[in-house]
Amino acid sequence: MTLEERKQEVIEDFSLYEEWLDKYEYLIELGKALEPFPEEKKTEDRLIKGCQSRVWLDAELRDGRLYFQADSDAIITKGIISLLVSVYSGRTPEEIAADDFGFVAQIGLRENLSPTRANGLVSMIETIKEIAANA
Amino acid sequence: MSVSEIRAQFPILGTQVYGKPLVYLDNAASAQRPAAVVDTWKRLVEAENANIHRAVHKLAADATEAYENTRECVRAFIGASSAKEIVFTSGATAAVNLVAFSFGEAFMHEGDEIIVSVAEHHSNIVPWQMLCERKKAVLKVLDIDENGVLQPEALRKLISQRTKIAAICHISNVLGLVNDVREMVRICHESGVPVLVDGAQGIVHEKVDVQDLDCDFYVFSGHKLYAATGTGVLYGKQKWLEQMPPYMGGGEMIGTVRFSGTTYAPLPAKFEAGTQNFNSVPTLVPAISFADACRKDPAVQQEQDAILDYVYGKLTEDERITLYGVPRGTKVPLFSFAVKGAHHEDLALLMDKMGIALRSGQMCAEPLMDRLGVTGLLRASFGPYNTLEEAEYFVKCLDRAIGMLV
Repeated sequence: MTLEERKQEVIEDFSLYEEWLDKYEYLIELGKALEPFPEEKKTEDRLIKGCQSRVWLDAELRDGRLYFQADSDAIITKGIISLLVSVYSGRTPEEIAADDFGFVAQIGLRENLSPTRANGLVSMIETIKEIAANA
Repeated sequence: MSVSEIRAQFPILGTQVYGKPLVYLDNAASAQRPAAVVDTWKRLVEAENANIHRAVHKLAADATEAYENTRECVRAFIGASSAKEIVFTSGATAAVNLVAFSFGEAFMHEGDEIIVSVAEHHSNIVPWQMLCERKKAVLKVLDIDENGVLQPEALRKLISQRTKIAAICHISNVLGLVNDVREMVRICHESGVPVLVDGAQGIVHEKVDVQDLDCDFYVFSGHKLYAATGTGVLYGKQKWLEQMPPYMGGGEMIGTVRFSGTTYAPLPAKFEAGTQNFNSVPTLVPAISFADACRKDPAVQQEQDAILDYVYGKLTEDERITLYGVPRGTKVPLFSFAVKGAHHEDLALLMDKMGIALRSGQMCAEPLMDRLGVTGLLRASFGPYNTLEEAEYFVKCLDRAIGMLV
């Protein structure tokens, strides 16, 4: 699946839910289903600044593609980061660096989250972009 | 006054968020303003806007009168002996900073000690740390007991011959317990140590008489007491304020200014440099009148007690929940708690979508969070316009949110 196709899929998934509580329930499910993050990787340098909850992001470059792994101590944040990982993991650094991350606004995540959470989301996106730019 | 009559004075309480009625339970962060406060605010800008204390024209005289009448109103509200002891600041934070700087300049030397409690807001910690850095002084920390209570006897043990001042909250913004500041002041005074009381929460929930407490300084913010933002009060005993140098230099705080030397204005102008917040300070008058009316009204007190009993009961009987600041006897309707297996931020986000405004996180009290062994908490703080029905809705929504997460 291309990056564009995957983004469209996420937008469609989210359009199934009208109520924001239902969207949160979906994010909670995603968060719970996220593959376990190794405890030893929960280090200060993998911590994303600017979130009320703690978020760790790890990236690995294999055969020219970036693979992300992430975790958070808050489950909705974990759902959001899981969503980002599912969209951007396995893409080339060039693809990620060129992307505008507009789908996040399209599914209403940005404006429907509290300011502190929205800042956390922005920090997550910035970190992913930075990793791609430096890869 | 019935609670519905009170609510009618707060148009914002009738608003909806995400299509649900707003349930505002973040009063400890900032209270809402009654119509009388908003009307005063508007009148000051529209009809009485002129810089105070300076000009001879009518508008300036009116603005000055409104400002100085507020000082007298605040004096009476907290039982100070003179209006000279009331200094207007931008808030409690500015008031603590003023004392930490000016008292420090006058009285602190290398090796001297300051006592603060572990339950303080950052505003009542960081200014003292900055003073310690400036003067090479030492900060001593008064601990809470296992229930969140500051024990006066523990304070006694911390006092040494080098202790120059103690800074203690009347009510912690996290624990919601009324500290026995009167007894703590008495103990400190036995050793000649003055006490600053952070009354940011205390002024909202308690009848404050600074002469009865005998505290040396008492600080609070206007916006938590239904007044305009950017207003605040420093009460200081005249004997201390007289001996303290000004905090800021500028207009209005001077006697005469010459390049050969400047003299300072008498109290309280000495501590009010520059143009003051004259458009907002007089909103303290209707705000205090509202707070006072609520305090004296049996119907309001009954509803507050009912909320306190109900929420306290529900939070303490639920095994999934840990309430911090436990003793019922000194509790005000301000509840900070953790839920097993659910992050405070997740709970706050879900309950926001149910229309409930809560605070989550460290609440500007990181040392207390460390002490309690948590990364943050969820807080519900009630005001006089909150109803028992809202408290019940809060408990129901909390249960639903926990169910979604755990």
